[in-house]
Amino acid sequence: MSGSRTNDTGRQFHLPAWLPAYLQAAPLTIILGGFLLLPLLMIAIVSFWDYDFARMYPDFVTFNYSETLGSWITWKTYLNTLKFAAIVWAITLFIGFWVAYFLAFHVRSTAMQMVLFLVCTVPFLTSNIIRMISWIPVLGRNGLINTALVNTGITTEPVEWLLYSDFAVVLAMVHLYTLFMVVPIFNTLMRIDKTLVEAAHDAGATTWQVLTNVIVPLAKPGMAIGTIFVVTLVMADFSTVQVMSGGQSASVALMMKNQMSLLQYPAAAANAMVLLVLVLLLVAAILRVVDIRKEL
Amino acid sequence: MTEKTKTSTGITRRSLLKTGAAAAGVAAGSGAITGFPTIWAQTPITLRQFGTGVSNINAIAEKCKADLGITLEMTATDSDAAAQRAVTQPDSYDIADIEYWILKKVFPTGVIQPMDTKKLKYYDKVVPLFKTGKLTPDSVIAQGTAPHTVGYVESIDAKEFASGETEWFTMMPTIYNADTLGIRPDLVGREITTWADIMDPAFKGKTSILNIPSIGIMDAAMIMEAMGNIKYADKGNMTKEEIDATIDFLIKAKQDGQFRAFWKSFDESVNLMASGEVVIQSMWSPAVAAVRSKGIACKYQPLKEGYRSWGGGLGLASHLSGAQLDAAYEYINWYTSGWVGGYLNRQGYYSACMDTAKDYMSADEWGYWIEGKPAQGDILSPEGKVMEKAGAVRDGGSFEERMGHVACWNSVMDEDRYMVRRWNEFIAS
Repeated sequence: MSGSRTNDTGRQFHLPAWLPAYLQAAPLTIILGGFLLLPLLMIAIVSFWDYDFARMYPDFVTFNYSETLGSWITWKTYLNTLKFAAIVWAITLFIGFWVAYFLAFHVRSTAMQMVLFLVCTVPFLTSNIIRMISWIPVLGRNGLINTALVNTGITTEPVEWLLYSDFAVVLAMVHLYTLFMVVPIFNTLMRIDKTLVEAAHDAGATTWQVLTNVIVPLAKPGMAIGTIFVVTLVMADFSTVQVMSGGQSASVALMMKNQMSLLQYPAAAANAMVLLVLVLLLVAAILRVVDIRKEL
Repeated sequence: MTEKTKTSTGITRRSLLKTGAAAAGVAAGSGAITGFPTIWAQTPITLRQFGTGVSNINAIAEKCKADLGITLEMTATDSDAAAQRAVTQPDSYDIADIEYWILKKVFPTGVIQPMDTKKLKYYDKVVPLFKTGKLTPDSVIAQGTAPHTVGYVESIDAKEFASGETEWFTMMPTIYNADTLGIRPDLVGREITTWADIMDPAFKGKTSILNIPSIGIMDAAMIMEAMGNIKYADKGNMTKEEIDATIDFLIKAKQDGQFRAFWKSFDESVNLMASGEVVIQSMWSPAVAAVRSKGIACKYQPLKEGYRSWGGGLGLASHLSGAQLDAAYEYINWYTSGWVGGYLNRQGYYSACMDTAKDYMSADEWGYWIEGKPAQGDILSPEGKVMEKAGAVRDGGSFEERMGHVACWNSVMDEDRYMVRRWNEFIAS
């Protein structure tokens, strides 16, 4: 933008010094204010309202919070959600790092790197729901895996825990979210100066030492960004948990969805505020450990 | 598809109604409807109907347009949203197509006006189940929100339900059915006779119940009582202790791995059954038909404790008056005059005015669906798809056998909010 200089005299108008800066910031402020802060504020306000089966009553009551925080089911659900987040995070980080490592250090040509990277994104050409539901005929009691196991005589009975279990939930989430780990880690690994690796080798480091002392520390910002993606996605997930656990497992977002389908909006709003605070704390903790600005 | 009205804003439509419909309104004469169809086509009468979707059928809207000239605009929602909309947006609909337990929540707020039974042409033909709670004089009145308990009020502006039959009807019943457990006869390997069979350890990990609290709790109550765990004073209106006992039992069964999954939508229940993940579960009758139409054996098993039943009807919005109110009455009289009843009966539901519906069904259809006789030829759905081959007999038998053995109706409890909270605990446990 031009016109930010204010000491140009003799013009017809004269923008005050502060105006251009505000104008430049205005579009983002309007978008964030209108579509993020305002809705959040409304959720915060509604979380203090009273309700019955049909209406909400503007009020200031705290029982939405005391009912949410005072119930063992909330705590158990949060623990369960955190458990999913931790397991999925660990697995996606492991897989994501090695996929990115392979792409960045073992694939020689840039063209091939890009081709393989695009291959990683192919599953994203279909929708989340379809990728999730397509596991059901694979894992089901009469599904592909069980049919194969029984027909080859490895097991006599179909394996029950493949579907409608925590295993199924974690499997589907890893499938859905690993790419969110691969992309940022691949990005940081590509920026690592190859001479650093050579220097480490020259100084007598083994491949393992190069990995642990050079590559992993330099990849941390990418891992942190991937972690933020995966953790927030898992914490906010309800459809994967519902479909893959057959409605048998609970997650925080699913609890909110149940409340909303019963029109208990204030209770759901209170729950949303608690979840928001928790996720913000998690993100703050990640940012304290890793400086992601190195990435940017 | 329903025909779109030319105008979409309420103001224009209303002013059209006021001027244009006056003549037709006078012609029809309030309280003096002598016969129909009065063709409303010359004035664009539109009735906005919203409801839970079971009877929001386009074919009905088309037939209504052809017979009466009334354009029906239908909106389908789930039952919780329907209850909310009925109360919070009373001007957004003319006809409420809701279940009786929703009516129990909604009517006291004054958004539905009672109907004058004298203006209901087929009131006399309504099956007694909706008037006295008894299908036959010696039936036992079922527990829960039985339609007759919320069917009447004492006067046009009363908000309390009357204890017996009066001339003010809260809703005209239209559609109802008796629900039970669906089974895979090829996979259960034994006779299923009671609701308690769903808890048989032999079916561990192969059962499912539905995750809709207000209905699921009733299925659970049927199971609890069948197992002899508890005797409810009224399973449609449990005390906190009874709710606790029921939910604790469910939680234990869940943790023991009795359930394979919980379903929320119709298609989920079909898939669970068709894939063999589940061999016995709560089910709705069209879902059983859907499994069977895939060529997979599925039975809507009658059980000795009886059925869990549900029923819905059409209610008039409070704001209706004048020509529009007359049109609404005429629509309801048309609805109960037989064509729709035959349509619903052939879908496996029941119509409230059985006598009128009979004229619109073939003898074979009537025999199969209502009298429980073996089908003489192929039984077709209203859309023309073959549902059953010749020789088939309806699960549960005749109308009297099925609706005469209703143990409880879908309900709304006084401790509704507590029940929902505990139900969520069960799902999360």
